Amino acid sequence: MAKVTLTVNGRTMSGECDDRTLLVHFIREKLGLTGTHVGCDTTQCGACVVHMDGRSVKSCSILAVQASGSTVTTIEGIAAQGELHPVQAAFNQHHGLQCGFCTPGMVMTAVDMIARHGGALDEATVRHELEGNICRCTGYHNIVKAVLSANEEMHGAARQAAE
Amino acid sequence: MYATSYHRASSVGEAVNLRSSQEEGRYISGGMTLIATMKQRLAAPSNLIDLRHIGELKGISVEGRAVRIGAATPHADVAGSAALRAVCPAICNLAGMIGDPHVRHMGTIGGSVANNDPAADYPSAVLALNATVITDRREIAADDFFVGMFETALEEAEMITAIRFEAPERAGYAKFANPASRYALTGVFVAKFTSGVRVAVTGAGANGVFRVPEMEAALAASWSPESVAGVSVDPGMLMSDMHATSEYRANLVRVMAKRAVQAS
Repeated sequence: MAKVTLTVNGRTMSGECDDRTLLVHFIREKLGLTGTHVGCDTTQCGACVVHMDGRSVKSCSILAVQASGSTVTTIEGIAAQGELHPVQAAFNQHHGLQCGFCTPGMVMTAVDMIARHGGALDEATVRHELEGNICRCTGYHNIVKAVLSANEEMHGAARQAAE
Repeated sequence: MYATSYHRASSVGEAVNLRSSQEEGRYISGGMTLIATMKQRLAAPSNLIDLRHIGELKGISVEGRAVRIGAATPHADVAGSAALRAVCPAICNLAGMIGDPHVRHMGTIGGSVANNDPAADYPSAVLALNATVITDRREIAADDFFVGMFETALEEAEMITAIRFEAPERAGYAKFANPASRYALTGVFVAKFTSGVRVAVTGAGANGVFRVPEMEAALAASWSPESVAGVSVDPGMLMSDMHATSEYRANLVRVMAKRAVQAS
């Protein structure tokens, strides 16, 4: 057994688990944060995407012990003071989901993507960047619209603030 | 996944000592191949020695044309390095084509090269760039490093610490990616140096990554996509599987070589 300590969504959280326990299972079963999903369990679908030390990762392909000591953000941690994060709001507004199973991973991927590209996102880039996230319902069109809309909202607001 | 014991090393020396003292031990860096393999029970190391927290294994340095990439540098950092892109954009482009954004945040160049998956991207760059594989105990030329499928010249417990090469005059990489896995069904890296041309193919060889001397000669005579259009590769030395026959791969080698030259 190993003791794993993470800073999750701003709070220090610890738990004991086997060395072989995957980060996604630790987050869901030990920390009770079930917003992060297990989809394919083979590093392909992206339903399990969380941010570790500021970068999007697939938590089904990392051991909890590997992550110990790191800062993790899950889907539960992005809405500030009960207000939807702009990416969540955009998924809502543009109907970027149907069954919703892939949505936590899609949203965490979009937040990372928007941050890395610093506002310079176009449709082709968004579609390319979504290559690690699979949605079986939507055909991606509304997801792409939602990501572009959130990007505009977040960076448009930043541009206005700067002016 | 079978049970395993995890150890976190903070220096190269500590990692090698841990690995040497453990039977059935494996180094783990990003783990983007190893964890998946362990989940399928195709690998069952009793001990894992984590290299991800060793500072000396990370980072990219570019001095003039001399490039050194630390073994634990993730693909995303190679793809995003402005200093590296200024002297050898082809390797940045290659790194940006591996897996997906999340995989690129974890997977490392050292892990990819040490694993020597016959369909991995990096081995073609290391071989075509005539790179030197630096380990905890020696330096190995790329031509001597890749031995066969998943086989390298690395000894038991030997660890890659960095990859070093001189930036070529021109280079390009093109791959036909498996649409599901993003692994190379065939990938070709071409590099032009003052001393000559090197062409390396990944994803296709029955014995792993290999060079194509006929293409090297043709490109040395004239650096253009048309030069490689007439060179054919013997399907007898290529892989044949559910994804593609060896004849199909032989054609892909030629097509990807043309595109790689075009991209350079």
